[in-house]
Parts: sequence; C-alpha cells; structure tokens
Amino acid sequence: MNLMLKVTNLSKKFKDTNAVTNLSFTVNQGDVYGFLGQNGAGKSTTLRMLLKLITPTNGTIEYFEKNIDHDKNEMLRQTGAIIERPDLYKYLSAYDNLRIFAKMSGIKASRTVIMQQLETAGLADRYQSKVKTFSQGMKQRLGIAIALIHEPKLVILDEPTNGLDPQGIADMRNMILRLSKEMGKTVIVSSHLLNEIEVVANRMIIIHKGKKVVEGNVKELLDPANTLLQIETTNDADALYKLEQSKWANFLENNGRYIRLRLNKNDIPSLASSLSNMDIGVLALQPRHSLEDYFLSLTNNDTHVEPFTN
Amino acid sequence: MWSLLQIELYKISKRPRTYIAFIAIAGIVLIIQAAFKADPGYLNILLQNVDDTFAVDKGNVINGYFMCYMILNTLLIQVPILVALVAGDAISGEANMGTLRLLLTKPISRQKIIGVKFLASIIYTVALLVFMALLALFLSMIIFGTNDLLVFRSKNGESEILQITQDDVMWRYLAAFVYAAIALTVIAALALLLSVFAENSIGPIVATVCIVIVCTIISNLNVPIIDRTIKPWLFTSYLVGWKGFFYIAYDAENVPIKGSMENWASIRNSLFILFAHIGVFFGAAVFFFKKKDILS
Repeated sequence: MNLMLKVTNLSKKFKDTNAVTNLSFTVNQGDVYGFLGQNGAGKSTTLRMLLKLITPTNGTIEYFEKNIDHDKNEMLRQTGAIIERPDLYKYLSAYDNLRIFAKMSGIKASRTVIMQQLETAGLADRYQSKVKTFSQGMKQRLGIAIALIHEPKLVILDEPTNGLDPQGIADMRNMILRLSKEMGKTVIVSSHLLNEIEVVANRMIIIHKGKKVVEGNVKELLDPANTLLQIETTNDADALYKLEQSKWANFLENNGRYIRLRLNKNDIPSLASSLSNMDIGVLALQPRHSLEDYFLSLTNNDTHVEPFTN
Repeated sequence: MWSLLQIELYKISKRPRTYIAFIAIAGIVLIIQAAFKADPGYLNILLQNVDDTFAVDKGNVINGYFMCYMILNTLLIQVPILVALVAGDAISGEANMGTLRLLLTKPISRQKIIGVKFLASIIYTVALLVFMALLALFLSMIIFGTNDLLVFRSKNGESEILQITQDDVMWRYLAAFVYAAIALTVIAALALLLSVFAENSIGPIVATVCIVIVCTIISNLNVPIIDRTIKPWLFTSYLVGWKGFFYIAYDAENVPIKGSMENWASIRNSLFILFAHIGVFFGAAVFFFKKKDILS
C-alpha cells in the first residue's frame, strides 16, 4: 500500500486549550480511514488542519511525502471534503452550486457532467431548485457531489451522517463503500459512533481529548475472538453461581457489577442454549468488543476506564 | 482570476440585499426630481442666503447639471452605508452561511479569494455610482434640460456662487464620479477588513457605519488641535473632496477660467490619502485573512 498521508506530532492550541496534542497517524492509498472520538475530541480540528483551514501550532502533514505547507494547493486539488454540515449557497440552485464549486476546483465541468453528478446524487429533477428548499439528506448528497466533481483521490467526510434519517445513514454508508471499492478513492471519515466506523472503515484511529488512544486495522481492533458478552438475567447471583459451575467458568470475567464473559463471537449461540438448559432467566445478551467497551467508557465519561491495548 | 471574479459577481447578483442600494438610490433621486419638477419654489429657500449678495436668474439655475450636483451633495454622504452592506458581507457572510470552509478547501490561495472579493466590492461600488450618474445626471438632463452650472458654497463664512459654463461641466462630473468611486473604495476596504473578523454580516456592516459616522463627526469638528493632528489623516475628511472639481478658478478680472480647478494640489493630496487608506485596510484584511483559523 502506498502511503498517502503522514501526520506527525500534530498539535493545535487555542489560547489555553490544547485541542489536539502530538497526534500522529498514517493513511494509505485506498484506505477508508475511520476517525473516531466523542464530540469535542479534536476530530474536526484535526481534519481542518489537514485541509489547511486551521494552522497547526506544531507538527507536519505530508501528502505523498511532500509537506503540504510548501504546496497546499497540490493536496487540495486532489481532495474533496465536507466538514461538519454541507453548507452551501442557499440562495442558489443545486446546479449553480455544483457549477461554481467545480470551477473553483479548477475544472470546467460541462452541463452534461454537472447533470450526471446531480443524477448520481438523486437530485437531477431538482436541479433548478434553490438549496434552501432542500432537506438535510439532499444537502448532504449535493455536498458529496460537490466534493467529488473534480474527481479527487482523497475524500474527507467529517461526521457525514449527522442529521440524517436512518435511510440517509444507510445511503451514506453505501456511498462511502462505493467510493472506496468501485471508485478507488481514499476516504477519511469521522464519527462519534463506533458502529458507523466499524461498517465502513478498514483502518481507524480513536482520539480522546486531542490525543491518540489507539490506531490500527479495524478487523484486528474489533477481533470477534475477543468479544465481551454482558448478560442480564432475572437473578444475577443465581446465574453467576450456575455459570461458575459450568464449562463457561473459564470465560467469566467478574468486574463485580455485571455478568460478563470474554469469548469468541461464534460461541454465543452455544452459550445461549447452555443458559437455557441451566434454567437461567435471560433478559438480554449484549455482545461488546473490548474496543467498543473502552470507547463507551470514554463517551459516557465513566471514571472506571480500563485502557484498551492493541 | 477572471473566472473567480465572475463567480463572485454572480453570487452578489443573486442576493436580494444587493439591490437594496439601487432601490434606495432610485427612490431618493426620483423623489427629489419629482419634488423640484412639481414645485421649483424650493429653490428660493436654497437661495435665500445669497439673494442679498448676488443677482441670480432663478429661471436658469435649475437644470440637469444643478440637480445632479445637489443630488450628489445629498447622496454621497449616505452611499458609504450602502457600500458597507455588500463589502461587510464579503467574508463574514460566507462564514455565517458556512460556505467559507468549503470555499477554502478549494485549491485557491486565500490572497486570491479576498482579492477577488475586494475587486467585486469595487465593481459593485462603481455600478452603484454609474446607476446614480444615469439617474441623477442624465435623467435630470432630460427632465430639466441643460444650462450653465451654478455652484453655491460657503468660504470663510461668506456665501459665494461659482459659475461653470455648460461646455465645461461634463468632464468635471466624470472626474467627480471617479473620485467618489475611490473614496467609496476606502469604505469597501474597511468593511472587508472588519468582515474578516466576524462570523455574521451585521457586525462588520454596523461597525463600518459607526466608524464612518464617528470619523465624519471628528472631520467636521472645528478644533484647531484636531484640525492639525487628526483631520489630515482621516479618510472621512476627504469623502466629499469630489466637490473640488467644481470649484473653478477665476482670473484677475474675476472671470472663471474654463477647464480650471481652484486647488488641484488639494485634490491630489486627498487622493493620496484615500489610496493610502485603501492600501492599509486591504493589506490588513489580506494579512489577517491569511492567518485566520476557519472555525465556522
């Protein structure tokens, strides 16, 4: 894999607040790179630094081994981005917005090309409508069309599912996968929801309070052989006793609060049947990856944080 | 650059607020013209101060050139507010809409973006003045006809009338409109500078208007120490410098010299100060915009 983006010791300080501290990561060509962190973790600040919207206090960003401080336009020419909301010129039509941003991206898009993009975004029949009449989902689709009109190699999407309805979220996920698999784009996508990243990304980073917590391959980080299963029963004390006497005793992980077993995800059906045979009244079986657990503990501001190690 | 300017002008043309200034100017000019056409008696009020000193043929005073001079006298004080409406919105409006961050993710330098916005503001200002010229000068010429232009002014506490023959008027108007465009460009540059710091349009527009009002008040104060120290450097002291083109020089026999100006050196100095202000305001706008973190 070719290294596309290399970020080294990136920091940003706003007055007395360290928004991002010594953040380093790499993005390979073809990656769908997930950027995960709770709100205020520093995701948007980092992505804005990548796009030169914000000047870093420290650190370097290299695009194909060239420092972007020397030629930011070279990188921007090959990048399409939506940062936070897809804010567009509300008083202009979808067609005008696309035409204007195509020109600004340095390409002369013909009417046919613009209409094709609008067709792909499902907005061809509304091409003359002003953007102020669009729903959030339609704006998001138009924003994506604008980000892609100049055929960039790198696409940066900051919280792209924010404000979308379930159908919109599903469409967005499919589109990110299509960008990567069919169009060969490298995508950086941020979210505060692990499951969103899990579905689309092949590599990911978690940041918390501007610092890197973990970075790596999603499959490895979310290893199904390392699933933590939380069980809710009608009588936890009785259930725990029965489990300790069973073949599942070695899988038990007692934290004093919940009944938890660390096991392979494939073993869950077998466990469910054992619980039934042991006459344990099961209310819920909740599988969790240890990464998710860790991420949730950060998100919920839980003081009992067990650091996840890769 | 041309392509970017086209885009900027297209965006300006599509915003309703762009036309507020044109509607306001058209309304004021047409009301003044209609009032004078319906009741030329208003001229008597205007002339009451000079009636005792000069014998004025009132029938010839009101003509297209005179009307234009009077309208410019009234309007050019208010036009800065109208210019601020567009220039003050240039960057802050984009920040407010959220389009600034999308704009700056395109491979265009920030200098170019702000340069194009400034150029578009200048073009808007010129368009406003051309529109004003069409209505105030050419429409007045059609409605009231043409004749020699009489310019009334107060000099050293004394009223006086300057007479400019009609074949000597048009170039003065052209020069006056060019001067006014330069003076208003200072306002555009100031509004653009303030626009860099704001996340909504109201702030820079109101701030520009406030600065113009405060500076105009200072420019009109007659305090010797201010006259010497502050006034010469305030751009508002030169906003009405266009009038200098109508202050014709007289020869020793008190005959107006065709094609002359009483004090060209003063106009030249005014232009220098105005250009310096444009340079400082625009330079500062570029400097701060290049350094600005886009958080909107």
